[in-house]
Amino acid sequence: MVNRHAVGAHYGLKDWLAQRATAIYMALFTLFFAVCTLCMPEFSYPAWVEFLASPSVRFFAFLFVLSLCYHAWIGVRDIWMDYVKPAGARLALHLVTLFLLIGYAGWAVHILWRL
Amino acid sequence: MTEATINKPAPKPRPKHLDIVRIRFPLPSIVSILHRVSGAGLFLLLPFLLYLFDKSLESSASFDVFSEIVSHPLAKLVLLGLLWAYLHHFCAGIRFLFLDIDKGLDLPCARRSSYAVLAVSLALTFIIGVKSW
Repeated sequence: MVNRHAVGAHYGLKDWLAQRATAIYMALFTLFFAVCTLCMPEFSYPAWVEFLASPSVRFFAFLFVLSLCYHAWIGVRDIWMDYVKPAGARLALHLVTLFLLIGYAGWAVHILWRL
Repeated sequence: MTEATINKPAPKPRPKHLDIVRIRFPLPSIVSILHRVSGAGLFLLLPFLLYLFDKSLESSASFDVFSEIVSHPLAKLVLLGLLWAYLHHFCAGIRFLFLDIDKGLDLPCARRSSYAVLAVSLALTFIIGVKSW
């Protein structure tokens, strides 16, 4: 038996909630990041590296990267779903978006853990 | 042919209200569509931002490359655009979070908060732009 409902099954609730949860996390991190960089006596290479190489900042920055990618995936996917009707084109755009975002996450991790 | 189809009135031209030059966007719609536009812009230019982030941290030599790139007027304009996109997305997003929990739903309040989102994000972009140019 297939236990599925076409409507009212709340398939979108998880994404709706995830988009808001990641948004709140990113907003808090943005404020933290803005305060920290504005409080730097001088924006120089050593100060910048020292800030991001600290384990706690790297941890929170990594969570920011993950949140950003998940948030962007939901948002960009919604744009494709709203404006692109042909199933093939929509699928292709979904896949390109997904692969790009996974690649960007890997790139960001590489930048952060190289420090 | 049945009588019903013969007596049918001529169909009205549809859609009736999708004339793009006649559509009037109220303030909350402008904030909403700019939320989408700013999000899309940030997504499209994410590789540029990651590239700059990469260059700023790789080595002290690449930090100089980073400084040189971000001091170019064209790059500054693009970054200022992205800064506005981030700030607008941020402010409008917070407004949407409040609307989600049923705060500020009445029309006068929704208009005021839309105006505040546009004003705050533009003002902050302007201030940061002037300070860092």
